[in-house]
Amino acid sequence: MIDAPDLSLAALAPLLFVFGAACIGVLVEAFAPREVRHPVQVAVALVGTGGGLAATIVYAATHEWGGGAGSVTAAGALAVDRAGLFLQATVAGLAVLAVLLFAERSLDPARSAFVASAAVPAGSPRDRDQLTATRVQTEVYPLALFAVGGMMLFVTANDLLIMFVALEVLSLPLYLISGLARRRRLLSQEAAVKYFLLGAFASAFFLYGLALVYGATGSVRLGEIRQSLAANDGDVLVVLGLALLVVGLLFKASVAPFHSWTPDVYQGAPTPVTAFMAACTKVAAFGAILRLLYVGFGTEEWTWRPLVYGVAIVSMVVGAVLGLTQTDLKRMLAYSSIAHAGFLLTGVLGLGADGEGSGLAATMFYLLTYGLTTIGAFAVLTLVRDGDGEAGHLSQWAGLASRSPLTAAVMGLFLLALAGIPLTAGFTGKFAVFRAAIEQGAWPLVLVAVLASAVAAFFYLRVIVLMYFSPPAADGPTVGVPGVPTTVVLAVTATATLALGILPGAVLDLAEQAARFVG
Amino acid sequence: MTLTYYLVLAAILFTIGAVGVLVRRNAIVVFMCIELMLNSVNLTLVTFARATGTVDGQIMAFFVMVVAAAEVVVGLAIIMSIYRTRRSASVDDANLLKY
Repeated sequence: MIDAPDLSLAALAPLLFVFGAACIGVLVEAFAPREVRHPVQVAVALVGTGGGLAATIVYAATHEWGGGAGSVTAAGALAVDRAGLFLQATVAGLAVLAVLLFAERSLDPARSAFVASAAVPAGSPRDRDQLTATRVQTEVYPLALFAVGGMMLFVTANDLLIMFVALEVLSLPLYLISGLARRRRLLSQEAAVKYFLLGAFASAFFLYGLALVYGATGSVRLGEIRQSLAANDGDVLVVLGLALLVVGLLFKASVAPFHSWTPDVYQGAPTPVTAFMAACTKVAAFGAILRLLYVGFGTEEWTWRPLVYGVAIVSMVVGAVLGLTQTDLKRMLAYSSIAHAGFLLTGVLGLGADGEGSGLAATMFYLLTYGLTTIGAFAVLTLVRDGDGEAGHLSQWAGLASRSPLTAAVMGLFLLALAGIPLTAGFTGKFAVFRAAIEQGAWPLVLVAVLASAVAAFFYLRVIVLMYFSPPAADGPTVGVPGVPTTVVLAVTATATLALGILPGAVLDLAEQAARFVG
Repeated sequence: MTLTYYLVLAAILFTIGAVGVLVRRNAIVVFMCIELMLNSVNLTLVTFARATGTVDGQIMAFFVMVVAAAEVVVGLAIIMSIYRTRRSASVDDANLLKY
């Protein structure tokens, strides 16, 4: 007699919503006529991600904030708790913005940022034909929805095996959609190959870590791992397994020294996809790191603390210093994302004994602010174009303020937020993670972080100086007039960046209330 | 019967795979090395299942196989698309993106 596992459909509703919409998207792709496919796919993707967001909020309001203390469901595989729901809502909300960027049709003369047929070899006569054709590709929407579903599963996984499956569900579609750029297709395909090979390599490490932890503790359930570790001291297998697991996750979070794919993939992938990856993957990867370290290995803090400590320093220094030398804006933002991953790890170190530190709340708040700002910054990048697509080179941005004051002002706001200037969301987030780390005595790390922020501020401010105080080049790029979707994204992200900088209280409180794991 | 031999064999296979990823130049061979790493994990999982007397490890090996199969589909599609443009699957030729 096999007992059916307990399945709380209410707790699973956000995931079911997103995965259901993804499956419907596949059916639309197969059966809907070509003319209606794009609007239908956009609608399905928006309903899927927006519905996922709404379902998360409704469940959180009625169950978790209505007196619940988190539940473990699906035979112990999923932990639907406050932190998980906060992260799920963050992923789904950022995904709505990313889908809007995917749906933008008025910027590119060919009406889409995605290639019309990915199977046509780049540079062939057929490829030159399809460059100007206004057919658009819509596979990208269901693929992105599967990735979003994987990310939402990733942050609630209570079991290393589910974590691995979710890791692959979120990665495989991302490998594909990063190779779908309409322009500079060879670069995009190269980015996809690199991302795929290195990503598969990293997930093999995660998996070997899973096997070693299973061997040492006899379970892959996070709660059982913790109990087993508390009962008997961890042996070398646990340390090795934990290190391999963390390496696999740090790779996804693009933390140096596991960052080598980040600049290449960020630059090569279509910019809306880069925005999606930079924001949502970061949230998902750090959600999983937090859950793994806090729930599974919370009692073994001194095993992972030195590793995270060292990696955080390397990541901040590498991101800030190499960011200085970049001449391409997308690459510069990629190094900025590596530096920010280091700042986020500073927050992870603010766990404290038995998790009573404020590290979890601070990291989750930082993830939200970073995600919003970064999507906004990449959205501005899609506006500035020359004859060959987006004008990403730094020199092409000279004097942008005289050509389009509004674009320059919005970009300036996002860059200041990334640099962590007060009255922007970036400052509040940084302040929160640094305070959490200092409370746990990690002040040398915070010192390095502050110095790295100062170095990084230089390359953000350089762009602002270039936009405002340089004479515009004669054959400079044009600033496209964004359609409704991009305008909405820019308005939402810019407002949120300012609001979270000036009045962060309510959201900080929410993050603090949400800082609870079960499992 | 000692199970250590199986674990050591799996560790050796994993190392061969990891070194192969780092030194080989053909994307297909690199990919095969990654598959070798995944299969060495399967051997480790099955060995630990035997050692702990549970079937969890064996079931996990099935999960890994399914995921590996999905990864092959996606990976070969990506490698094919760049091969058709470049007529080469060497990862050294993929050098447009750097620094």
